[in-house]
Amino acid sequence: MRSIAIIAGGVFRDSIRDRIGYGLVFFSILLMASSFLLAQLTAGQDVKIIKDLGLASASMIGLFIAIFFGIGLVTKEVERRSIYSLLSKPVTRSQFVIGKYLGLVLTLLINLSVMVVAFYAVLWYLDFTTLPGAKAAWEAPAMDPRMLKAFALIGVELMLITAAAIFFSTFSSPFLSVAMTFAVYVIGHFGEDLKNINSIVKSMVLPYITKGVYYVMPNLSALDVKAAVVHGLPVSGTSMMLATTSCLLYIATLLVGSILIFSRRDLK
Amino acid sequence: MGTRPAKHSAVLWVALVVLLVSATTMQVVVEGKLQRPVMTTGVNWIQSPGLMRRLTFGFNAIWADIYWIRAVQYYGSTKLSVDEKKNYDQLYPLLDITTSLDPHFNIAYRFGSILLSEGYPNGPGNTDQAIMLLEKGIREMPNKWQYYHDAGFVEYWWRRDPRASSDWFLRGAQLPGAPNWLQPLAASVLAEHGEREASRALWIQLASTAEHHWIREAAKRGLMQLDAEADIESLEPFIHKFFDMNGRFPKGWQELTGGPVKMLRNLPRDPAGYIYDLDPVSGSVDVARDSPLYPLRSRVRG
Repeated sequence: MRSIAIIAGGVFRDSIRDRIGYGLVFFSILLMASSFLLAQLTAGQDVKIIKDLGLASASMIGLFIAIFFGIGLVTKEVERRSIYSLLSKPVTRSQFVIGKYLGLVLTLLINLSVMVVAFYAVLWYLDFTTLPGAKAAWEAPAMDPRMLKAFALIGVELMLITAAAIFFSTFSSPFLSVAMTFAVYVIGHFGEDLKNINSIVKSMVLPYITKGVYYVMPNLSALDVKAAVVHGLPVSGTSMMLATTSCLLYIATLLVGSILIFSRRDLK
Repeated sequence: MGTRPAKHSAVLWVALVVLLVSATTMQVVVEGKLQRPVMTTGVNWIQSPGLMRRLTFGFNAIWADIYWIRAVQYYGSTKLSVDEKKNYDQLYPLLDITTSLDPHFNIAYRFGSILLSEGYPNGPGNTDQAIMLLEKGIREMPNKWQYYHDAGFVEYWWRRDPRASSDWFLRGAQLPGAPNWLQPLAASVLAEHGEREASRALWIQLASTAEHHWIREAAKRGLMQLDAEADIESLEPFIHKFFDMNGRFPKGWQELTGGPVKMLRNLPRDPAGYIYDLDPVSGSVDVARDSPLYPLRSRVRG
């Protein structure tokens, strides 16, 4: 357990030293702030646009960090050959994989928290500067705490993408790992289309294959409640819990798979 | 020892400033000389809402915002363009994509239907598309009485179909949370007389209940157009009287405000402050083409 914590701490310290992560978070905050300007271009939808842009930028920047940092976690150690000195210590390969994963998840959650604070700060300013009459047109209050539900599910999605990135990087090249992790993200959002492909394709076999893929791959659209919280629509705790549990099972599967592959990998 | 790097750094700073000034100057020159291609209509590369939804990978809402901004900008730039043949063809596809990406985008249905039904050249004047958009909104949110109200409004104001309008209002009145004035409104639009009163009541309700500033502004404009129509009706007897006296229509308002028979005290202005147009050949009166009230509904349709 201690070894895992040390490795996770190392990943977290590395990510703090790495200025790209800072840059991405700063870029996200800048996007949230600039949404004020964007909101001026449209007809009375400022609060919706600020919320949409804030949630989208947090999700997108998190996705970039999860994919690109996640893939580097294992491959960089192997390429630099620093893994030899690490594994010569009393650290097992499974501890190495889990430690790396938890380190990046910690980094992602802290980055996400910073973005949440910035997001609510922008919304607070909007709320403060808007006249009560104009606020009557809002579907949901600016400082709506229900938006935290969307951020929580973005966090779960990023945890899954990080696990997928680590999984692919244990046996594949960085380029292919990026492509495959991104494919998981895309297929995850195509869930409903895969399930209902029989309505557009006249084939006896294909619907069974796509349905199989639908059930094997994680359904990321179940974690996407961004639009619902912006419109102030109810998001049930049960559906959140079910989607989160399903994702946690996928994360566990991917991590076990990563450990299995990485344990058998010849590092010489 | 330290002077050479300092000198080097100073040279770089000077070079930076000189290059920046030169680039800016060049930009001004290019701006002046450049022959810009004439933009005709905006191109909407992706016309299919279904395809667009699939391409957004979970970022539907933000893309809906982008398409909504595009729709508003497209409408505004087309309306303000000096082009004689204004083309609003892309407005409905843009609104369709917006509402497909975010099916709960309330203002896109409500304000979108106002933009679509607005008479040409201020809008496409396409009431079929306006009703189609509102029906789409009703399919997504069947309990929104506002969409029924807006559809009834389009039927009454633009299509001049009181029966269809009344039907929409009655259907809306049955929904939970519908205001108590919706049912009387259904009756008043069916009344044989008092069309203008019913229209006025519609606009006043819209101006007082619409959540969005833009819709309230559109309602205020509608009320001013009604006032302008009433003004024109009250001016016409003077023009006919002038015709009876002189055997011709007046060449301008000055002939009615001055001369031996002073019929009007001042030059007649519409509620937006623009002087009405008077056609010396036919004697017809209309709001000026540069007035924000142009065109009046009575002139757009029959």
